[in-house]
Amino acid sequence: MNNIERIRAAFKHKAFIPFITGGDPDIETTKKLIYTLARAGADIVEVGIPFSDPVAEGPVIEAADERALKAGCTVDKLFDMVKEITYDSSFPDIPILFMTYYNPIFGYGSEKFVANCVKSGIAGLIVPDLPFDERDELKIFTDKAEIALISLIAPTSGERIKNIAENSDAFLYCVSSLGVTGIRSNINNYAQDMINSVRKVSNIPCAVGFGVSDAQQAKKVSDFADGVIIGSAIVKIIAKHGRNALPHVENFAKTIVNAIR
Amino acid sequence: MDKYGYFGEFGGRFIPETLMNAVIELDKAYNYYKNNEEFTSELDSLLKNYAGRPSLLYFAEKMTKDLGGAKIYLKREDLNHTGSHKINNVLGQALLAKKMGKTRLIAETGAGQHGVATATAAALMGMECVVFMGREDTVRQALNVYRMELLGAKVVAVDSGTATLKDAVNAAMREWAARMSDTHYCLGSVMGPHPFPTIVRDFQSVIGREIKAEMLAREGRLPDAVIACVGGGSNAIGSFYEFIGDSEVALIGCEAAGKGVNTPQNAATVANGRIGVFHGMKSLFCQDEYGQIAPVYSISAGLDYPGIGPEHSKLHTDGRASYVPVTDEEAVDAFEYLSRTEGIIPAIESAHAIAIAIKYAKTLSKEKIIAVTVSGRGDKDVAAIARYRGLDLHE
Repeated sequence: MNNIERIRAAFKHKAFIPFITGGDPDIETTKKLIYTLARAGADIVEVGIPFSDPVAEGPVIEAADERALKAGCTVDKLFDMVKEITYDSSFPDIPILFMTYYNPIFGYGSEKFVANCVKSGIAGLIVPDLPFDERDELKIFTDKAEIALISLIAPTSGERIKNIAENSDAFLYCVSSLGVTGIRSNINNYAQDMINSVRKVSNIPCAVGFGVSDAQQAKKVSDFADGVIIGSAIVKIIAKHGRNALPHVENFAKTIVNAIR
Repeated sequence: MDKYGYFGEFGGRFIPETLMNAVIELDKAYNYYKNNEEFTSELDSLLKNYAGRPSLLYFAEKMTKDLGGAKIYLKREDLNHTGSHKINNVLGQALLAKKMGKTRLIAETGAGQHGVATATAAALMGMECVVFMGREDTVRQALNVYRMELLGAKVVAVDSGTATLKDAVNAAMREWAARMSDTHYCLGSVMGPHPFPTIVRDFQSVIGREIKAEMLAREGRLPDAVIACVGGGSNAIGSFYEFIGDSEVALIGCEAAGKGVNTPQNAATVANGRIGVFHGMKSLFCQDEYGQIAPVYSISAGLDYPGIGPEHSKLHTDGRASYVPVTDEEAVDAFEYLSRTEGIIPAIESAHAIAIAIKYAKTLSKEKIIAVTVSGRGDKDVAAIARYRGLDLHE
C-alpha cells in the first residue's frame, strides 16, 4: 500500500485524527504521545512542526509552538523521532502526517524535506499557508515520493471547492469555521454545507477540524463527516500536564473514539 | 508581474484557504476600480484636498553646500496630512473598501504612522477601525496610540512573539480570517499576498511620479539617484517605481542595520536574509536554517520587520536597485543633522535614507542630483531619540 492508500484506509470507519505539536513539552513525550494516541484508537496522527509565526493558529497551539521551539525542537529532531517509531501488535501501523507552515519546508529545501519524510516514514503533509493555487511547486516532489499533500477547504471556499475536491487525494481537511484553530462552544453548519458541495463531485473522505473539542461535538460532526480532527483540546491537556499528560490524553482520546464509532 | 502576482520568482499568495476568496475578490475589485474614472477622480480629489498633495520637492541648499557634493532634493512626504507617506495608500484602500461595501478597516502598525493614517481615513469615511500594534511598539510610540484612539480607532496591543510589527501583521491576518464579510485588511506596506504588493505600490507610486515631473520642470533632467528607506518597502517602491525603466537613475534602498549587520540585533533583510515564504508572499526574510522567522531589531519601529516586499526582492536580484544597511547610530546622527542643518525633523525611519544621502552626496560631483524621500516627520521619535542620547525624557 502506498501512503495515499494507507491514509484512505484509515477512513474504513469514522476516523479520529488527533493533532499534537511536535516537541511540546519535549521530543520524547511527543513520541510517547503518538503511541498513546494510536493505542487509544486514533486512525491518523498529525504532528505539528512548531513555527515561529503560526498565523492560522489560535492562542493554544501558538503557545505550544513557542514552548516546543524554546525546548529546542527542530524538524531534524522530529524526523529522527518519527523514524524511531516501531510498529508491533499493540501499535497499529497508522499514518503520521506533518502539519507545518510552508517556510519550514521551503527553508529546509522542499526536495530534501520530502526525501526525509520518505526516510522517516511520514505519510503526508498538511500545509495551511500553501493554498491549492500555489501547491504545484511542492507537489512535484510529494507526487514523485508518493507522499500525500492534503488540501484544505474553508467555509469561504465557495466555488473553489469543486476544483479542489476533484484534484486532491487522500482526504480533504474541512476547516469548520472562520478564523484560527481553537476550542469553540458550538460547531456551525458550514462544515456540513462544505461536505455536501464536495459530495456533488467527489467521494474523497472529508475530515472536519478547527473548533471540535469534545465527545459531543465529535459525535455531531461524525454524523456527516468521514473523520474528526481534534487539536487544541489535546494540546491544552498537554499544556496542563506536560510530561505527565499521557494518561489524560489517552482518556480523552478514548472518549472521542467511543463517541464517533 | 504575472496574473498570480509574481515579480519574477517573488510574490504569490501563500495564505490559508479561508482567505483565498477574500484576496481574489479584492484583486477583482481593484482591477475594476483602478480604471474607473469616478474612483480615480475621487481619489485624486482626496489626495489633493485632504492629504495635501502634491508634496514639496525641496532643494536642501544648506545641506548641499555643507556636504559639498551632489545637489540634494528632499521629497517631503512628511508634510502630508498625518505626517507620512502612509496616507497615500490608506486613502486609496479605504475608498476601495468602501466601494466594495466594507464598513470596517483593520490594520497593522509598527511606528504607528500607518495606524494613524488608517484611523484617519476611517474617521473621514465613517468606517469602524481596529489597529493591531506590537506591545513593544505601543510603548515606543505611546503618543500614536492615543492619537489613533482620538481618531476613533480601537488599538489592540499584541503580546505574541516579539511583540513588534511582524506580530501585529500576524494578529491582523488572524482577525481578517475570522471576519472578512464586512472587513477590509488595509495592509500598510508592499507586502503580503497578491494583490497587496501591487495595490500598495500603485497607490504609493504618486511619490515617484511627482519627483519625476518636478525634477524635469526644475532641472530639465532626471535625478542621478533616488534614495528611500525600506522596511516592508512602501515609500521606497513608491519613490522608485516611476524610475525603474530609467536605467541611468540609481535606486538605493536603506534598510535598518540596528546595532550592526554583523550583530544579532538588526533588521537588514537584504544583507542577511534569504528567500522564504511568510506573511503571504515569497520574498527575502531574516530566518534561521530551519525557516523559523528571526527576531529582528531596529531603533525604528517602522523598519523593524524581518522581510521585504517581493518587488524589492526582484529589484535586488535583478541588480536594478541596491539596498544598503544603516545602523541605529548612523540614523540618529542623520536625524540630528537634518534637524540642525535644514530645520526638518525627519522620522527615524526616513533618517536611515538621510544617512545614506549624506554619505553618497559627498562622493558625487556638484553636477549630480539626488532625490531623497523623507517618508515621515520625526515628532513621534523625539522622546525616543532623547532617551537614545541618554536623557530621561518620556512623553
